[in-house]
Amino acid sequence: MNVSASDVPAAAGIIAVSGLVKQFGRFAALRGVTARFDAGRFHVILGDNGAGKTTLLRALAGLTHPTRGAVTVLGKTPHVASREIGYMAHPSLLYDEMSGMENLRYFARLYEIAGDGRCRQIIQAVGLDPELSRAVGKYSQGMRQRMSLARALLNDPKILLLDEPFSNVDVHSAREMVSLLKSMRDTGKTIFVVTHQAALLEGVADEFVWMQAGQIVDRTNHLARDLHQPDLNQRGLNQNDRNQAGEP
Amino acid sequence: MLATLGKDIRLEWRSKDALNAMLFFSLLVVVIFVFSFDPLAEESRHIVGGLVWVAFLFAAVVALNQTWARELRNQVLDAYRVSPAPANALFVAKVLGNFILVSLLEALMAPLFVIFYNLRVLGPAWQLIPVALLGTWALVVNGTFFAAMSLRTRSRELMLPLLLFPVSIPAVISMVAATTNILTAEDSAHFYIVLLLTYDVVFTTACLALFETVLQAE
Repeated sequence: MNVSASDVPAAAGIIAVSGLVKQFGRFAALRGVTARFDAGRFHVILGDNGAGKTTLLRALAGLTHPTRGAVTVLGKTPHVASREIGYMAHPSLLYDEMSGMENLRYFARLYEIAGDGRCRQIIQAVGLDPELSRAVGKYSQGMRQRMSLARALLNDPKILLLDEPFSNVDVHSAREMVSLLKSMRDTGKTIFVVTHQAALLEGVADEFVWMQAGQIVDRTNHLARDLHQPDLNQRGLNQNDRNQAGEP
Repeated sequence: MLATLGKDIRLEWRSKDALNAMLFFSLLVVVIFVFSFDPLAEESRHIVGGLVWVAFLFAAVVALNQTWARELRNQVLDAYRVSPAPANALFVAKVLGNFILVSLLEALMAPLFVIFYNLRVLGPAWQLIPVALLGTWALVVNGTFFAAMSLRTRSRELMLPLLLFPVSIPAVISMVAATTNILTAEDSAHFYIVLLLTYDVVFTTACLALFETVLQAE
């Protein structure tokens, strides 16, 4: 059965996902995900390769259209709420032939951000030099990741969706990125990070969302997961039920 | 729209990938046809309309295939898709960028056609300007659209001509007939210019109406 956006209560959370199914041909990447995510929290999405983490993140960004089910962001469809969303993918989403500043200047115009002030500010915030004239294609992988994060932060979004932001980044730089994300969460932004390096986020993240075979199987507020507990689906509970029952 | 157009022109100016490929291709076509046919001035006026537009059509495909290639590298197109910028602004910017590029090619290649084929226009030469503008627009508007459509196909460089050429047949016939009529002064080109204008309006409207669906397709 199709679930329209209006079936998901807008006030249920800053992001509400209802019965989300995404199929690529015969392969179901998401199999009926229902969850709500509250504002101002740092969510880490974990799971094995092929668990559906990236597909879920892309659905939240409005880049993947659900086969069934619905996603609402701030009570709207992701497309309508695009001004409030910052998205960082595994590839850089940057033009290799242009410098970091030129890239951000272009994307700033898409968000109707005037002048270079915001671009400079955000490049400095991720620890890069706005005057760097080198093309992004000649950046190190770590610098490219930082510039990619800067692009995602450019429009000062309320919701940040980050896919593998720490991959190929040295530990020191990754910690700096974590610290920046933490400070952003502290200013009220809602952050989703898909990562295989969850240890970096222990003590920083508010919630760890565990995915397996296209479903959310657990949500914990610490990195360790009790594997002896039956998962959410086996318990027949969706997140709304859990919240109503006062579970974390 | 201007942001994307400016960015595309800047990137093409730096790399000159599409322009160089189109120029060499067109030059080859001119030279090969000259050696193949070696026509008299009178014959030239009858065949050059077809040669010119076939050369430009094939050369335009080279540029059109490049149009979206940059957006696919590093999945930059996703950054556009998550932004609030309208889909049609991207499309119009791409069409204008290609239009400028193909027009530049035509401006550079036209004197070569005149020299190699010993051309002298017998009809109203000024009418070649609307034919060139409307014909070029017809090629790039459909070409940009079909290039976007074939983006996610496995052999997209082959797909583009397969989609574009059949749809372009009415426009190419109009362009060739109008050019020949102007060169030979045997008939008026007015009907074909109006046909080209109608074709441009219809296909531009259809492409604008459908582009968002194409852009958001997975």
